[in-house]
Amino acid sequence: MFEKNTSERVRSEQTATGAARSERAAVSIRHLSKSFDGVEVLRDVDLEVREGDVVTILGSSGSGKSTLLRCINWLEQPDRGSIHIGGQRIGVNDAGRPMPVRELARVRARTGMVFQSFNLWPHLNVLHNVTEAPIHVLGKSKAEAEAHARELLEKVGMSAKADAYPGTLSGGQKQRVAIARALAMQPEVMLFDEPTSALDPELVGEVLAVIKDLSAEGYTMIVVTHEMAFSRAVSDKVVFLDKGLIIEQADPETFFTNPSTERVRKFLEREES
Amino acid sequence: MSNWEILWSARDQFWSGFFSTMEIFGLSISAAFAIGCGMLYLLEGSRPRLTVPLRVFIDGMRMLPFLILAYLLYYGLPAIDIRLDAWWSGVGALAVYHGCYFAEIFRGARLTFPPGQVEAAKAHGFTKGKMFFRLILPQIVMQTRPLLGNQLIYALKDTAFLVIITVRELTAAANSLSGTYFIPTEAFIVVIGFYWAVSVVMEIIVKQCGRFSAKRGFDNV
Repeated sequence: MFEKNTSERVRSEQTATGAARSERAAVSIRHLSKSFDGVEVLRDVDLEVREGDVVTILGSSGSGKSTLLRCINWLEQPDRGSIHIGGQRIGVNDAGRPMPVRELARVRARTGMVFQSFNLWPHLNVLHNVTEAPIHVLGKSKAEAEAHARELLEKVGMSAKADAYPGTLSGGQKQRVAIARALAMQPEVMLFDEPTSALDPELVGEVLAVIKDLSAEGYTMIVVTHEMAFSRAVSDKVVFLDKGLIIEQADPETFFTNPSTERVRKFLEREES
Repeated sequence: MSNWEILWSARDQFWSGFFSTMEIFGLSISAAFAIGCGMLYLLEGSRPRLTVPLRVFIDGMRMLPFLILAYLLYYGLPAIDIRLDAWWSGVGALAVYHGCYFAEIFRGARLTFPPGQVEAAKAHGFTKGKMFFRLILPQIVMQTRPLLGNQLIYALKDTAFLVIITVRELTAAANSLSGTYFIPTEAFIVVIGFYWAVSVVMEIIVKQCGRFSAKRGFDNV
């Protein structure tokens, strides 16, 4: 269903023209730990995501994968460890103190987040959902923001619905708008938190197709998902979390055909059946 | 001359009372709305040093008979050397009193506001103020529209209390005419007509506003 051809072709072209995938870290996570009410959800997690990479995070529910993603833009505050986005540490300033809210907001805006439950703003139409943050956070002009928003809506196949209100859209359409809304901030890294888990099965494909297109365009993305075929097709790296620990990270071929841990083998068997 | 003819000849007094009532109502309800929004914003924070006294103040106001608040402002404040004339005492009392009601209505809606939308706003780099005024408040207002309409009518009726602290508004006009010519029934029937007419117009306007929110999926008008 998901073929890797497009993205591979794009990447090899980039390599050929010298715009090779960089070795710079888009996101770098060190020794991250987090507990909720004494339960350790993340335990000393290290993860490096290079610019242009697509990393999918797999694991059963409760494994901490959503928490890991939500720590990256500080929606959850980790207890220990550090997270850098494009070299800038989030949540803690140089003096080691909690970041002032304005500075935190600025660093957050370097990431784009897509939620499981879409979280569109229902009082704004589709176009204004996409232009809201660029105008009022980035300070773009209305004309510029709208022109960019229309391009992005075109990209996610939602330009015909620019004037519609979120309440009138299907789940798949809402999620595609939410993706455009996040892209409008021109983030350095896109975070997807189970983007298709709240969708009817027949709507999953349209959203995955959009994310897959983005991966082909070279966006840096971290995707928490349960879609194995999708993960295998788009990932540069697959990360498996179990009880708050990363127990396996590998390229998709190795991960899906020859995992090194028994736990992952069991997980994949169950998914196949 | 019949009683009605007497009232007709004194219609200027009704009109000036009516305009005075509308002026008081318009000004105080706008201020009350602003106060309600401001209080909701202050309640957004998680600092109990601020939110606890504010909640106590809001509840204290709501549990106070409006007339007593008007008395306090008009007769009580001079004791601490603050002198407001009757008109400003009335407007101030209405604004604060109904501001607290607005705040409580908004607070109730805020409790059920989807947290995911707030997270989305944070994730898109919004800070508290902009998030509140652009994303939270507009939705809260749309969602509470029917309750706000109700509160407008309460506030309009409360303006009639101000006759007691000598404000020359609509009820005061009827009062003085009925005293002068001893025609209480007819004079008060006329002012009932005024209050009803204004309330009906407000109901229609508030209902029309419902179309705006219904289009956004907030209402079933």
